[in-house]
Amino acid sequence: MVPTSFYILISAVLFTIGALGVLVRRNAIVVFMCVELMLNAANLAFVAAARQYQAMSGQIFVFFVMVIAAAEVAVGLAIIITVFRNRETLDVDSANQLKN
Amino acid sequence: MPFDIPLALIILFPLAGFAVCGLIGSRMTKPWPGIIASGAVLASFIVALIRVIDLASMPQNVRVISETAYTWISVGALRSDISFLFDPLSAVMILIITGIGFLIHLYSIGYMAEDHNDPEGKLYARYFCWLNLFIAFMSLLVLADNYLLMFVGWEGVGLCSYFLIGYWFKREDAMAACKKAFIVNRIGDFGFLLAMMLIFVVVGSLNYNDVFDAVRNTPQLFSVGILGTIGAATLIPLLLFVGAAGKSAQIPLFVWLPDAMAGPTPVSALIHAATMVTAGVYMVSRSSALFLNAPNIQILICVVGTLTALFAALAALAHTDIKKVLAYSTVSQLGFMFMAVGVGAYAIAIFHVFTHAFFKACLFLGSGSVIHSLHGEQDMDKMGGLAKKMQITNITFLAAGLALAGFFPFAGFFSKDEILAAVINAGSGAPILIACGVIGFIAALLTGIYTGRQYAQVFLGDARDEELYEHAHESGPTMTIPLIILGIGSLVVGFLGMPHFVFIPAWGHAFTNWLEPVFSSGGAAEAPNVILLLIGLLIGWGAWLGGVALGKNAVGVIMPESLRAVSLDAFYNITIVPAGFAIAAACRWIDETFIDGIVNLVGSFVGESSVALRATQTSYVRNYALAMAVGAVIVLAWFVVK
Repeated sequence: MVPTSFYILISAVLFTIGALGVLVRRNAIVVFMCVELMLNAANLAFVAAARQYQAMSGQIFVFFVMVIAAAEVAVGLAIIITVFRNRETLDVDSANQLKN
Repeated sequence: MPFDIPLALIILFPLAGFAVCGLIGSRMTKPWPGIIASGAVLASFIVALIRVIDLASMPQNVRVISETAYTWISVGALRSDISFLFDPLSAVMILIITGIGFLIHLYSIGYMAEDHNDPEGKLYARYFCWLNLFIAFMSLLVLADNYLLMFVGWEGVGLCSYFLIGYWFKREDAMAACKKAFIVNRIGDFGFLLAMMLIFVVVGSLNYNDVFDAVRNTPQLFSVGILGTIGAATLIPLLLFVGAAGKSAQIPLFVWLPDAMAGPTPVSALIHAATMVTAGVYMVSRSSALFLNAPNIQILICVVGTLTALFAALAALAHTDIKKVLAYSTVSQLGFMFMAVGVGAYAIAIFHVFTHAFFKACLFLGSGSVIHSLHGEQDMDKMGGLAKKMQITNITFLAAGLALAGFFPFAGFFSKDEILAAVINAGSGAPILIACGVIGFIAALLTGIYTGRQYAQVFLGDARDEELYEHAHESGPTMTIPLIILGIGSLVVGFLGMPHFVFIPAWGHAFTNWLEPVFSSGGAAEAPNVILLLIGLLIGWGAWLGGVALGKNAVGVIMPESLRAVSLDAFYNITIVPAGFAIAAACRWIDETFIDGIVNLVGSFVGESSVALRATQTSYVRNYALAMAVGAVIVLAWFVVK
């Protein structure tokens, strides 16, 4: 059986990639995908821990996260489409009107 | 009796009328707010009458009805109830307020129907709304059984007086007059407030019974020195008198009353002649136990009353505005009342309040009828000969004028003469009171002259202004009926308080007997002084005839205008008014420099620091996300390290 620490390690790598993506990428859709990556990294850690401790609650959490992620996608894509319609670009740095 | 009508209804009826007229009155067509308001006061009058009959059926020495509605304030030692005291004194006052109040409401329906200052009638409902509120507060003032509740009524009538003087709020003079009335009254109210605080400190209660029991049983409480050697026994009545002088327009606080004539004439009749201005006399009479303890203050009151009576009578001679004459006359008559109060003749003072309410209300309403028919003209130099045009107004004005002049056998003769006799009698104790009495007779003489002159100038002789005369007409029945009732009253009510001659039947002293249980010193059963009576009688007749002769031949101003300077306005305008402005300017400077400075400092501090903090707002989403990530790492690290 694969040791739990491997799963956790992969989860940490995925999470870091996602977080860095959110921080450095400018394309809104890529940023969005990176957020999904972070969520799934967390999911992986949850199911790994659930298997380790033979507890159901970790798996239940994963379902919750999936539902929330689906909702987030719906809202987030709607925002992205509206932003694109307004300024015809997906560069998040161009959305800086609130400054000053 | 199985069921008593609650006294609170006397207050609640006009209060309900106030609410109805105030909330939906503006949607009613013209006479209706007036009818509702008059009905409310009539209902109060009926309740008052029923309760007075209850009171009269009780034995003389226990004639007190007290009713408690609920506890109003209970904080520490201070406890004040909404509770009412109905004794012969408040009974007299409440009958004056609701009875004459009703007649004046009725009169107002006709008087306010055409208003050249408000042709569209938008203010009509508002007028009756304030008038009803006034009746409610005035009833509260006289029915209260403690000083605090009385003060609520006291302030309330001042407020209504302010609203009604400034009723025609587009007129500059009305606005100035209502502000003046309010501010001058505040000075008096301040005295009243201080007196209440002192009473509470000394007695620990503001209830009449507690206070007066304390005066009678434990006078040593009152010997506490408040200002050096001046004890509470002196200071409390002095401060109460300051309050009374403000409300009842005595020297030096009388200046607001003549200006208050800027309000509608029925308001002058109700508030500034019959009821509110006598509140001071009522308050001093109610507190008679406190005043009898301070003989110096009593003499002071008598002297102030005498001077007021004299100077106001002089000023009344000098004016040609029909309402101004009556206003100064009211000030003068209030002076007479305070003379009586000052010598402890409370029952007689209230008797004069009673007769004065009839004849002065009648005079004001009569002058209102004249002004109404002359389309707002108030200058007596333009009147004359109106007797032919306005029979009812003429006769009632004559009756009331004779009563004011102290013309035997009209009402004013009995009350005024009793006052002067009481003052002269009291002179055996303090010689200064003899001087007061003599000055009082001079003031009474002047009263007869200015009243006779006013009557003659308005109603007798030839018309001075043909055009005005042509248009003059008698007023409608809602105005003449109250005039007739008050005119008859001016003739007959004096017989309720005749001097104590052997041949006069018992009902001839009904008034003073009725009030006797209330006052520790009634001064009621004094032996009449025949010489004084005769002097009074001759003065009344002679002065009236002299005045009529003066008025008939009057062309232009009869009296030197310099007499008008008796008004203290000029003096105040160079002393207190500039001082007030200086204080206000200083306050403004402090406000603008310090208060505003602190506020602006706080504001600019927040502004400056936010400019510095704004640098962190880059508007790049990734910066915010980085801040969040770093924050999350720090929090996690803290947990791990711990």
